[in-house]
Amino acid sequence: MADLDLAPSALTDGGTWRFPTSEPLRLDSGGVIEGLEVAYQTYGRLNADRSNAVLVCHALTGDQHVASPHPVTGKPGWWLRLVGPGKPLDPERHFIICSNVIGGCMGSTGPASINPATGKPWALSFPVITIADMVRAQAMLVSALEVETLFAVVGGSMGGMQVQQWAVDYPERLASAVIIASASRHSAQNIAFHEVGRQAIMADPDWRGGAYADHGTRPEKGLAVARMAAHITYLSEPALQRKFGRELQRDGLSWGFDADFQVESYLRHQGASFVDRFDANSYLYITRAMDYFDIAASHGGVLASAFTRARHMRFCVLSFTSDWLYPTTENRHIVRALTAAGCRVAFVEIESDKGHDAFLLDEPVMDAALTGFLGSVERERGLA
Amino acid sequence: MSVVREDFREILRLVRPGSRVLDVGCGEGALLDLLAQEKQVDGRGLEISAGGVAACMARGLSVVQGDADQDLDHFPDKTFDYAILSQTLQATRQPRHVLAELLRIADRAIVSFPNFGHWRVRWSLLSRGRMPETKALPMPWWSTPNIHLCTLVDFLALTDDLQVRVDASAAFTGRGPARPIDPASPLENWRAETCLFMLSRVGSEAGQATEREPKTVSGDLFDG
Repeated sequence: MADLDLAPSALTDGGTWRFPTSEPLRLDSGGVIEGLEVAYQTYGRLNADRSNAVLVCHALTGDQHVASPHPVTGKPGWWLRLVGPGKPLDPERHFIICSNVIGGCMGSTGPASINPATGKPWALSFPVITIADMVRAQAMLVSALEVETLFAVVGGSMGGMQVQQWAVDYPERLASAVIIASASRHSAQNIAFHEVGRQAIMADPDWRGGAYADHGTRPEKGLAVARMAAHITYLSEPALQRKFGRELQRDGLSWGFDADFQVESYLRHQGASFVDRFDANSYLYITRAMDYFDIAASHGGVLASAFTRARHMRFCVLSFTSDWLYPTTENRHIVRALTAAGCRVAFVEIESDKGHDAFLLDEPVMDAALTGFLGSVERERGLA
Repeated sequence: MSVVREDFREILRLVRPGSRVLDVGCGEGALLDLLAQEKQVDGRGLEISAGGVAACMARGLSVVQGDADQDLDHFPDKTFDYAILSQTLQATRQPRHVLAELLRIADRAIVSFPNFGHWRVRWSLLSRGRMPETKALPMPWWSTPNIHLCTLVDFLALTDDLQVRVDASAAFTGRGPARPIDPASPLENWRAETCLFMLSRVGSEAGQATEREPKTVSGDLFDG
């Protein structure tokens, strides 16, 4: 771990960056976090004129390991499709930065971190954070890495929310933005699903009012149920049907409540493996941040007004036909606002039956669109 | 197809270098690419098919998937120097509205369409009594995307009605280069297989004279 005395150039291989105490993170809620830590990964090298840096923003349960194995599960990076040699984001040409959001549980300060004032985990005394707070912390990290301007900021789902927030709050530091399968604010349905997840966690007796670490317990059952419900929203009805249909796990029915159907066993597995790598309170804080997200609200209710300072930027927006969590209408809403604001925007709805998770999966049209978009931004910036 | 290439060549001739251009119904972006290469335009596109938009994005073009009938509303007034509608007007649901929108968001509109008054179309209908299938209108009636076909004369009547000025015009046939259209000649409506017009609002800065007040269309920032 790097500490605050290290020169930024020593930070370029990733690790954890600790905010100097002279730079406390001021939160939208009015709170302040002193000595905030942000865990991050980088790939590639910053070029001489510091113009080849790109920031990748992760989704709800993602992390900074965008193109390297997950330290807990050992699974490959979550966006190897996009980041790697010969990929749209190539460490040979780009300096790629990805950080764990604040409130997360992969090394950035979050509710499971120790509150220096009490010496105990923050738990529910951790201040409520917003997407803008996450982005503020990222911007400070990017500055610490001695990067003034990013040639692109890229993200899907909650990552796409951060990308929008970057374009609204720091347009002067960006050349382009890629928003995939996202929304400018949460719909009632989005909030409703998140509330189901939060209630499942809080209903678990092992949650202990959030202070489970003090009691040596973990609300695994509640968190697993939250993940199961959320996971359904990441898929699509046709994809679930194709994958599982009504196939049984074994011969005949159990005439009980075991996992008879393959889809049940699949969801149970998803829930069970999730609790190994994610913190329940982080799940509460991050889903809350997404629910509170509403870019237009802070701009007189007019989304286009939020993007007027981003007119010099190029935008790429992608949606998927079967995504019912962040459907095309939500993405198109962003596109129309960007158009009305006078921004250069490219948008396509990609035909896919894989649901919301399509942005993480094999979608050649997405790859081609991203390669084309980022390539043309690079040519414009004299990078290629 | 030579008709299309002539069409593009004429558009290239009309567009000022370095201008802001919106190509409505831009397909796979061939015209936008040409305009970017030869005229260094700041080009945007609107295209209804996902395949077309994906091809445009792979070429690095700023193209939005959308529909001329609905999505022009979201562009603010006078965003572009030129709005191009190449061989698309006849496929829109509301050609009159689309035309008015083009001249709200751009100083000039460049519109090309197949002329239903062309002699081959008239001959086909007269002699065979069947919906024409010509080089400019190659699809059978049941599969054509064209729903609002018009003749050169009909189009000019609409421009009068919308109080817009014709700044330039060209007629194309299957072979040969573009010719300027002579609106006084009754033969033009027979001879032009495809026609192209550059239009501006009467009284706008883009036009030269001011006879009548321009029709104003309001367009506030979008937030649906």
